[in-house]
Amino acid sequence: MSETTASQPFPTSIRRNNPVLRLAIIAALIFAAFSLILRDQFFSVRNMQSMAVQFPEFGILAIAIALTMISGGIDLSVVGIANLSGILAALTMTHFAPDGSSPLWLMLAAIAVALVVGSLCGLFNGFLVARIGIPPILATLGSGSLYTGFGYVITGGYAVRTAQMAAIGNGSLLGIPYPVMIFALAAAIFALLLNRTAWGFNVYMLGTNTTAARFSGVRSILVLFRTYWLAGLLGAVAGIVFLARANSAKPDYGESFVLLSVLISILGGVSYIGGFGTISGLVLAVLSLQFLSTGLNMLMLQLSGSSAAIFFKQFAWGALLLIVMVINYYSQQRQNRSPG
Amino acid sequence: MPPPTLHHRNHAVPIHLPRRTLQAMPTELAPLYSAAIAPDRTPDLVPDGAEPFVQLAHINKSFAGVRALEDVHLTIERGRIHCLVGENGCGKSTLIKVLAGVYPRDSGTVRINGRDYEKMSPIDSIREGIQVIYQDFSLFPNFTVAENIALNEQLADNKRIVNWKQVRQVAQDALKQIDVSLPLDARVEEMSVANKQLIAISKALRQNAQLIVMDEPTSALTEREVRNLFAVIRRLQARGIAFLFVSHKLNEVLEISETIMVMRNGHNVSDGDRAEYDHARLVFEMTGQSIREKSYAYTPAPGAQPRLAVDQLTVHGMLQDISLRLFPGEIVGITGLLGSGRTELALALFGMLPIASGTIAMDGKPVRIRTIHDAISHGIGYVPEDRLSEGLFLEQSIGNNIVVRIIDRLRGALGLTDKRQVTQQVDHWVDALHIKTGSPELAAKTLSGGNQQRVVLAKWLASNPRLLILNGPTVGVDIGSKNELHELMKALAQEGMGLLVISDDIPELLQVCNRILLMRHGRIEEEILPMATNENELAAKLIED
Repeated sequence: MSETTASQPFPTSIRRNNPVLRLAIIAALIFAAFSLILRDQFFSVRNMQSMAVQFPEFGILAIAIALTMISGGIDLSVVGIANLSGILAALTMTHFAPDGSSPLWLMLAAIAVALVVGSLCGLFNGFLVARIGIPPILATLGSGSLYTGFGYVITGGYAVRTAQMAAIGNGSLLGIPYPVMIFALAAAIFALLLNRTAWGFNVYMLGTNTTAARFSGVRSILVLFRTYWLAGLLGAVAGIVFLARANSAKPDYGESFVLLSVLISILGGVSYIGGFGTISGLVLAVLSLQFLSTGLNMLMLQLSGSSAAIFFKQFAWGALLLIVMVINYYSQQRQNRSPG
Repeated sequence: MPPPTLHHRNHAVPIHLPRRTLQAMPTELAPLYSAAIAPDRTPDLVPDGAEPFVQLAHINKSFAGVRALEDVHLTIERGRIHCLVGENGCGKSTLIKVLAGVYPRDSGTVRINGRDYEKMSPIDSIREGIQVIYQDFSLFPNFTVAENIALNEQLADNKRIVNWKQVRQVAQDALKQIDVSLPLDARVEEMSVANKQLIAISKALRQNAQLIVMDEPTSALTEREVRNLFAVIRRLQARGIAFLFVSHKLNEVLEISETIMVMRNGHNVSDGDRAEYDHARLVFEMTGQSIREKSYAYTPAPGAQPRLAVDQLTVHGMLQDISLRLFPGEIVGITGLLGSGRTELALALFGMLPIASGTIAMDGKPVRIRTIHDAISHGIGYVPEDRLSEGLFLEQSIGNNIVVRIIDRLRGALGLTDKRQVTQQVDHWVDALHIKTGSPELAAKTLSGGNQQRVVLAKWLASNPRLLILNGPTVGVDIGSKNELHELMKALAQEGMGLLVISDDIPELLQVCNRILLMRHGRIEEEILPMATNENELAAKLIED
């Protein structure tokens, strides 16, 4: 009897296409290319630090979106959650310390408020998706609009200005800005949760095949509730970073981050139909995009001297996403060419 | 090796028949000779000797260095029913794809209808009237029956506006050709597998099929649907259409075919007239070994509590007053036609259908089963009917598939999953159930049917169930593996597990079960002891209404 797998010509380690390795190479190539072209304008401590304060914002949101994408859904409401959490955290601070001081207890209280708001929003998403059964893309499109709407009602459309979180936004430890540390910590925690807990395992299984998960006794409702709750929590963390960096919270901050986060997830190898994706891939995608957009900004500014150059990064992001998808498509095709 | 000449002895008749039948068809039934698949010549000009319709010779085909076909030949006579048999992975699907022009061959000759093809594209194949009906039928589930049959040619005619009246008419006529009637406006997804197949056949006929290739056509059909399909095939054969059946259901192969060809490991083993073959020869040639299966000997333990006791179980509209006992160590078969309630009984016991009344007890203790979790917590496992969609996470690794039920228990420090324990479990089950794979890291979809089913079994066995319900445990599994799965089931029962086997595979029921319950219209109609019956008797009872 001939088994399909018994006679493969290559060991699995070589045949298996490794998207994380591919991304690491892409990130390194982009970094090396800009370092060569722009020299110390790009390859400098100052530029590293300026890039380092930019990516954590959307990086954290990308983790939230990746999580829900692996489970077979998506959470488009994370930016809405981030802004609503940020607004309520900011209001907590301005309410209890109108003088602009920021005692530690108040910072902690404001962070707690943000996390509670994020949790509630996430659980509401979980309710819509897991309990009611609304397709996640619609459920979170709707709820995201709802959360943004709340933000408008609360603030009247204006930004809530406060520098009381600036210590987080501007502070650093051993030269590493706090936002980067928050992002790194979130990435580490979620890598652990996805790889080493039953919940994480079930997220992958559920994302692969809902029916088989049901027939295998996976408690899909609980798994989904937890997934969307955690995504909401990450949204709140992003909201705190928004507030800390911008010294203000407003309902329509970072609207482009949703698309950017989806883009990062896919770039990072998260399957858009669910079941696959790693945090390491995601982190590499975040870095690649940051290198690319910073490098291109500098390059275009140098070449054209016009500030309109910053719009070029949109073009570059789209191009990068499509190139990676095309590469993935062909390597998948090659993999599939096996006896039928 | 020269092309086989075995079938040449009786083919004086078929050659001219198909042409005549085609010409006799009403004009609007004239085959789809338009647009994309219109031939650039009239078929009547084809020289028409006493030559077979299809001759493939010395076909070689490799995938990434792996030989899938080696010096294989295939000859198909007009108007004859051919069967291609072989175990999974023997190359029969590859051969069909070469015939259909889907895979380019590495070497060898293809001669169809007197014409040599250097290269064969799917379009060439369709033009020559070769229609392959794959297992998924390639129908549009959300379209109606009529649309599926007839829309194709409306598109091919480049019509901007669909003539719905004509669509219905064409579909109606196509169905009449095979003498079946189906609701034209019903959507295909609402149709049974058997009806989908008939729709696919009608569609093939509309495209002027000369040869219809069917890949495992009966694997999802009930006994009666198989009869019906065979009747349709014989009707079409009488009109000069040739068939190539790919199957490993040997009883059916022996019943329907006129010519048999056996393949193993990418080689031809033998071919010849149906009369030259019997069951034993086919099994021997397919597997290279002779297999004899013994029936299951169950010895009741005195004074044991029933593992499962069901009394007066009712599910509205599906099950009526079901009562049954199953003792530890028993393998009880449940059989019946599709819709008899056999699957519904399994689903009700597994907490997937609302039980209206009745009681269930496990090992003497009354239990309530309202959700899957109730069922699982009482020690009930379920190997579902559709392995691919319900049983497996196809894209996930074999290992992940095995531990999905127990991942929660494999924890080490800090309550985190202990990879070492996971690997241990996976290796243990791969080993214990003889799952043949290069590595448990590979996706479950890389496995053959039999090995996939072992993975589903491993998933349940890992969580140590007391009662295992198996629905169609060996559907789509080749003979060697099927036998091994049967032995495994018997071994599990001998260790004291209770097994409820739902199946309409009669030899399987007779070999594996110590009792068989026959269901009809949601009720248990009769208890049958395998010793007291035989295949024919049971088959007759099964299709009785």
